[in-house]
Amino acid sequence: MWRIRAFEERVGELTRANEVHGLVHLSIGGEGVAVGVCGALRDDDVVYSGHRAHGHAIAKGAPPAAVLAELMGREGGLCHGLGGSMHLVDVEHGFFGATGVVGGNVPLALGSALAARLAGGDNVAVVFFGDGAVQGGIFVESVNIAALWALPVILVCENNGFAEFTPRSAHTTVERVSDVVAPYPIERLTVDGGDVRAVRVAFSQFLDAARAGGGPMLLECLTHRFGGHYEGDAQQYRERLAADEWRRVDPIARLGIADHGVELEARDEIDEAERVARASPFPDASLMERLVYAP
Amino acid sequence: MAHELPYIAAIEEAIREEMERDPTVLYFGQNIATHENDPFLKQFGADRVRVTPISETAEIGMAVGAAFAGYRPVVELYMAEFMLVAMDQVVNEAPRFHYMSGGQVKVPIVLKAGYGFTAGWAGQHTGSIYGMFMGVPGLKVAVPSTADDAKGLMTAAIRDDNPVVYFHHYLLTLEHGDVTDGEHVVPLGQAAVRREGGDVTIVAIGWLVGKALAAAEELAAAGIEAEVIDPRTLAPLDTETILRSVEKTGRLVVVDQSTRHGSAAAVIAAEVASEGFGSLKAPVKLVTALDATIPYSEPMEGYLLPDETKIAAAVREAVAEAVSA
Repeated sequence: MWRIRAFEERVGELTRANEVHGLVHLSIGGEGVAVGVCGALRDDDVVYSGHRAHGHAIAKGAPPAAVLAELMGREGGLCHGLGGSMHLVDVEHGFFGATGVVGGNVPLALGSALAARLAGGDNVAVVFFGDGAVQGGIFVESVNIAALWALPVILVCENNGFAEFTPRSAHTTVERVSDVVAPYPIERLTVDGGDVRAVRVAFSQFLDAARAGGGPMLLECLTHRFGGHYEGDAQQYRERLAADEWRRVDPIARLGIADHGVELEARDEIDEAERVARASPFPDASLMERLVYAP
Repeated sequence: MAHELPYIAAIEEAIREEMERDPTVLYFGQNIATHENDPFLKQFGADRVRVTPISETAEIGMAVGAAFAGYRPVVELYMAEFMLVAMDQVVNEAPRFHYMSGGQVKVPIVLKAGYGFTAGWAGQHTGSIYGMFMGVPGLKVAVPSTADDAKGLMTAAIRDDNPVVYFHHYLLTLEHGDVTDGEHVVPLGQAAVRREGGDVTIVAIGWLVGKALAAAEELAAAGIEAEVIDPRTLAPLDTETILRSVEKTGRLVVVDQSTRHGSAAAVIAAEVASEGFGSLKAPVKLVTALDATIPYSEPMEGYLLPDETKIAAAVREAVAEAVSA
């Protein structure tokens, strides 16, 4: 969790310094969900994420240096600088990727789950999405087919109460995302996403069942978005969290570990990641033309 | 060797032969395999042949996810317009992932979409909407005009490692033609010269290739020899073959069933104006549908759409006009 926290804080600094030049969405406050879920997975399990993807990618095993190089638009980035913050992909670690359109990733995970089932393996697909994705038709279509075909896909909703800039109450009358799927034969659970242990325990139960041929499942994680929707968001639509409130919901503070060794180690690692990212050149323009079509 | 088949059967033959050859080819969509005697279901089983709910977005998204894992799904969409409800998947997900991942993933899917059913199907089942897809980087767009190409282009589309939107024309469904026996691949991005001629180049798309050939015969009787080119795929577009022909004839008429401002014709005309202006002896003529929704009433359909008479008239104008020296 400290690796993700230190990474996201550094990305914030680099964005303000215009070293990361595009749109970024930070996941500070959501580390408990990323780690609780991805920590239980293998490389051959597939994870999809959305626009707030850095934490998920790193938790799934993507090297921070390659993620940071991507955010800085460098050749050494995960996607050689062609994807950026919202389109991270790391196939080697089973991170099939982030999509920038809310909800666009959900059916892709169904496809991975279908492929896993057809190939006869026990690997699973996991898709992260926010509570904002649930009100889209794509979510309903996907839930219906996942249930109809009993696909080994675990839907993980990070419910931080805000869909971009708008509170959930302005989007829907259904407070709990897990209730949205109530009519379908889908195992569902709502947990405290700030409690990494609770996330891990709940997710692992679903994972074991999916590996054994079950699915789909939906895990709703109630979480807090420490920052705005994007880095630089003035957040006029909500009160900022007071420091003592933040300590109460911060998934790292809640672990109650007094030793600062882990934090310092993580910060050193991110220093090194930045050094590696900076040393990477910008990609050659010829890369664009080569990659429009697969050969 | 060849055998005679209707256009639609040639498409099915390609899908069946590819499914026999390659166990990773899947076939799913609405209203397919709805009964146990369905030939695809009987031959390939319910794992590979799947009927889906009316959920285009999820169907196409699933195809993309399965393609990441090495499968080659063919998605039956029936009407091209039904793709429009799934534009995020067709435009933003399927064709961008290979590129945005820096080449880490491939998306070998085929979106099979019927189009152009201008036979009383009115405004939402009749559009020739390939123009809005040919400009999407990473998508390939096929528009077969004959039964033989219907098979060859479907085979190529299934084998291609990119998402291909395969537009089959509904008015060609029962048109018979000689179809190559066994393995038959028409490379994507290669135009066909359907008729040679030295006076004017006609580029025609899909159903209108046949109309252009009929117009060319009529014109030949009047002493005008038209060269008729069928692009066969709109992305990649074989501009080289078109430019070579215009270099020879100096005149170009582009025939397209699309609305003019969303047409492939407009792009082809722009390419020739940009890259082949020096060869042109007369302004480029476009014979397209009007910029209007297809009307229901039969005479109004005829008023809106290109036909042999309109093609022949445009050719006569192109031949009569000359750029003043």
